[in-house]
Formats: sequence, structure tokens, C-alpha cells
Amino acid sequence: MTVQANDPAISVASEKPASLRPTLEWIARRAEPIVIGLAAIVIGLALFSLFILAIGKSPAMLFQLMYTGGFGSWFSVQNSLSRAAPLLLTALCVALPARLGLVIIGGEGAVVLGGVAAAAMALPLVGSAPVFLTFILMAIAAMLVGGVWIGLAGFLRHYRGVNETISSLLLSYIAIALMNQFVEGPLRDPASLNKPSTKPLPQDYMLGHIPGMDVHWGLVIGVVACIVSWVLIEVTSYGFAARIAGGNVRAAQIQGLPVGRLIAGFTAIAGSFAGLAGMIEVTAVQGSANASLAAGYGYTGILVAFLARHNPLAIIPVAILLGGINAAGGLIQRRMGLPDATVLVLQGTLFIVILFCETFYGRFKIFNPDLWKRSE
Amino acid sequence: MDDTAIGLWGVPLAIFAGAIRVSTPFIFVSLGETITERSGRINLGLEGTLVFGAMTAYAVAVMSGSPWLGVLAAMATGAIFGAVHGWICKWPKVNDIAIGIAMMQFGLGLAFFLGKPFIQPAAPHLPAIPLGFWSSLPQIQAALSINVLFILGAMLAFALRWAFKNTRVGLILRVVGDSTDAARAMGVNPDRVRLMATAVGGSLAAIGGAYLSLYYPGSWNERISSGQGLMAVALVIFARWNPIGCFLAALLFGGAGALGPALQSVGVTEGYYLFYAAPYVLTLVIMIITSSPTRSLAGAPGALSLTK
Repeated sequence: MTVQANDPAISVASEKPASLRPTLEWIARRAEPIVIGLAAIVIGLALFSLFILAIGKSPAMLFQLMYTGGFGSWFSVQNSLSRAAPLLLTALCVALPARLGLVIIGGEGAVVLGGVAAAAMALPLVGSAPVFLTFILMAIAAMLVGGVWIGLAGFLRHYRGVNETISSLLLSYIAIALMNQFVEGPLRDPASLNKPSTKPLPQDYMLGHIPGMDVHWGLVIGVVACIVSWVLIEVTSYGFAARIAGGNVRAAQIQGLPVGRLIAGFTAIAGSFAGLAGMIEVTAVQGSANASLAAGYGYTGILVAFLARHNPLAIIPVAILLGGINAAGGLIQRRMGLPDATVLVLQGTLFIVILFCETFYGRFKIFNPDLWKRSE
Repeated sequence: MDDTAIGLWGVPLAIFAGAIRVSTPFIFVSLGETITERSGRINLGLEGTLVFGAMTAYAVAVMSGSPWLGVLAAMATGAIFGAVHGWICKWPKVNDIAIGIAMMQFGLGLAFFLGKPFIQPAAPHLPAIPLGFWSSLPQIQAALSINVLFILGAMLAFALRWAFKNTRVGLILRVVGDSTDAARAMGVNPDRVRLMATAVGGSLAAIGGAYLSLYYPGSWNERISSGQGLMAVALVIFARWNPIGCFLAALLFGGAGALGPALQSVGVTEGYYLFYAAPYVLTLVIMIITSSPTRSLAGAPGALSLTK
């Protein structure tokens, strides 16, 4: 996609050696999102520090604890990685439709229903079907339900003109009500008293840990999903068509691209990833489907996707960073006597500043080689 | 069924009473959002503003002993939230829908953070007018005990309808919302109008929050709002950016929200949680029916990013 400026006139005008110039241009074009993104994070942290100062606590101590709790030891790194696993998948649920120009914010609903679907699929099979087959069937059920749920928002967007941001959010509230109905009603384990949930899965039906680590396989599944999504968007013709449709729907339609199917397909794939996140929560963390499935992974995923500028590969480091911040939340709470919402405030601040910094893209000459010549 | 004095008549009465009780926050948030959207901008952050307003109102009411001071304080914070949203969105390349989601997360986080100490203490409630004094039945008395804010909200809806049509401010707002270029040609600064419209919208949404914490359900906790701020955005579309439509739609939503508790009170508990989903399903169905893929919605402000 990058414009290769091999025009001899430009090379001659430049005082730099001609062989170095393409490399510098390559670096400049790729440096823009990284430099602006990092600057946004620094500004966000500075604003958050002011807030912490204003309530009379020490920001230095907070960041120190955040580092210790998130990445300071092998134990905390593993904790961060575990928390990053669902975020990888819920961020994809935002990032894939975003390539088509859609803002989907209802991933939480697909997570919740995916978890319920996985539990509902597994419970009758426990004891009779082989473990591996059960896992496959659970994943299929979770992805199917999640895909239908978010795919519906995409379908309605294209074929009925319903705004996908709002419909996906309404679907998310409906999904949580459905989960409560299932967990309180037909799927309720009578033994679960205060916290209604489905029957727990036996230990051998739980998703195990990656050998040598205290991190469940969900991380691997999430990373693979990110890589697959990257290939889908950047390498395949479907991804190319989706990016065109995201840039200009009319141009895509004139070119004869199946915009409707692209939108329905991409939102369905996105939703199936979020559904898979629900299955992982059930089989790796909770052991049963219950109200804890609505833990906000869908909403943090929105932040991760925007932070990564909807690039599936960039989602991997960002999700680990956010997972680390979440993991450090408990430590901050205990050591500094701050409420658990501290992490929410930090996330909100970062989110706002990062979106605000979108305005600086394309404003700095240094990142735009086409403008270099004029400044020289 | 006969343990209540009026038997099954309790269901429609409870829905009616619920419609009035539950609709008030919808009225204020949707009127605020109407003003914002009429200026051509959308604020999805009103959910955060609503919850922060609820917290502020409760905290100020606890400390000062006056619920009305709480409402005023909530309005002030709502205006600040709206102004921040409006200021950020005036910059080029900034997506107002995404900023709304971010402001929502920020508002919720800040409200939970600052509101922690106020979960326990009790605040004085807003007064209600007992219009059911003529009846001896406690159910009717309870149903007709109408909060002052509901009446203010209804009056505001009619006042806004009049102001949009007949005042200079209303005209400027509509011009800015329909065409940024036309507004510039008139010598109006669209960014400034949108900033003010978002601030006013935020302060109205915060009143909705104050109603939640100071009247119904009447306490502050982290689950005080169940998406009222966001559903109001859908409600504004349903009401076609018409203030009186907002008022009626809010009543409809309130009634749908009261369906579950009303049926439960007469012993229908089957599918209880599904009734909780009723307002969301209703919103979605209405949006599906009233939207169209080929033309923009009737009455939609031309510069609004949501309907493009």
C-alpha cells in the first residue's frame, strides 16, 4: 500500500544518499502510529498522575506497584498473560468490523452467550463423549452463537440500515438477560446457592495450562486468532475487499464487491471470536457458566482494539499491556487503599487521550516523506 | 391472586405507575441527547454522565442535606462532561462515537472511584406530589405519587418543542445540525454551538442520574443504571429528534421496563429475567422497523454522523 518514491528527481533533490532514502521513508511511515501512540500513553499517564496527586496519593508509588503487579515477577507476568487471553479475542471482535468502518461495541454479549452455549453443549456430553471431541463441540457452539449474535448487528446494518453501534449494545444487554434466564432457570445447578450457575465441569474437561507455565491455553488460542485475522485482512482478497468497503462503500459497490456479504461475514467472524472468549472463560477460569462471565472483557476489548488501531498483530502487545494493568489492580487496591475502580479511571483516561491523538495523524512533516523535499 | 385489594387490576396499574417512575431518567437523557444531536453531534457518553450525575447528586445531598442542591451539582458536572466531549470532538479526525464510548468508560470509572464512600449513608429524597389522595387504596396512592422531576421533564419536552420551532437559538441549532457550511455562511461558529449543545445535553442527562439516586430506586450503588443513558440514544432515533416524541417514547420504555416487576408482583415469575430484556428488545425491534438501508431517516439532522 505504501508509495515507493523511486522517482529520480526526488532522489537527486535529496541530500541524503539515494540508497538510504527508501529505508528512511519506510521507517518514517511506520514510525507515525508508534510514536503518536506512545506519546498518547505518556500524556494519558501524566493526566492520571495529576488525578492521583489531586486525591493525595503518590503517582510514583502507583506506577511502581503497577509495574510490580503486572510485569515485575514471573508470577505477575503469567497473571497478566492469563488476563490478556480473553482481551485478544474481544479486541478482534471490535477490530475486524472496524476495517469495514463499523463500530461494534457489544462484544460482551457474545462473550456471555458463548460461555453459556459452551456450558450447555458440554454438560450432557460429560462422561459419555471423549474430552477432545467435547472441546471441539464446545468451541463450535460458542463460536456459532457469538457469530450469529454480532453477525446480526452487521446484517441489520447493511440490510436494514440499523446503526450497528447501538444495535450491538442492545443485543449485549439482551444477551445478559438471556444468560441470567438460562443460569437461573433450565441450566441452574441446584447446588449453587448464592451465585446461580450451571453444573461445574469436571477437572479433566477444563482447559489446561501451557506446559511449563501457569497460563491457560486461551492465550495460545487468542494469539493464533490474531495471526489468522491479520492474514485474513492483510493477505487475502476478502480482507482487501473489506478494506475497500470500509474506505468507501459506494466505490466498493460500483466495483461489484459483495458488500453485504462482507459485512455479515466479517461481523460473524468477529462475534465468533468473542464467543470463543466466553468458552475459554468457562473452561479455563470459571468452570461453569455464571454471571461472572459479564466481567467487562467486551468493553476492555474496545479499548485494546482502538489502542492497536485495529491492527490484529498490534492487538497482541496491547492486550498484554492492558492485562497487566488489570492484574495490578488488586495490588494497588491493597497497598494504597484505592478503590478497585482506579483501573477503570486509568483505562478511561488512556482511551480518551488515545482517541484524541488521532487528530495528530498526518500533521507532522517528519512522518510524511512526500513533504520532506519542500522542507529542505 | 386476591391477597392484593385490587387483584389483577394491579398489573396495568403497576405498569402505569412504573412507566411514570422508570421513564423520568429516559425523558431527561433523551431530551439532552436530542439537543446534542440536533446540533449534528452524537454523545454516546451520556451513560457515563448519567451515572456520574447520580453519584454527584447523592454525595452532595448526603453532605448538604438538600436533594435540590444535589440536582444542581449533578447538572454542573454533566455540563462539564458534555463540554469536554464537545471540545475533544471539534478536532479533525476525532470520531465522536468512539469518544462517546471512551467518555462513558471514564465517567463510570470516576463515578465508582469517587462514589465508594457514599454507598452506605442515606441521602434525603426528592419530594413527590401525592395525586392519589382521593383514593383509599394504597396501590393507587403509590401509583399516583408523582415526582416533581417527572413533571418538570414533561414541561421541558413541550418547551423544547416550542423553542426548536420558534426561537433564534432553536433555528441556529437546527442550521448547524443540518449543514456545517450553511451555518458558517450565516456567520455562526458551528463548533461553539455544538460545544454548548453537548454541554446542555450532558447537564440534562445528569438530572436523569440525580433522579435515579435521589428518588427511584433512591440509593447510590454501582449498578444504578442499566443502560438508560445508551438506550436514550436509540430512543431519540425512534422519536425522530422530536422532544414530544421523546417524552412519549420514554413513557413506553418505562412501561416496558415495569412489565417484569409488575407481573412478578401478581405471582408470574416464569421467564422473569426475560422481562428485564423487554425494553432492549422493544428498542431493537423499533429500530429495525423504522430504519431503512436506502434513505436517511426522516427528520434526521443532516450533519449527524450516526445516520450517515
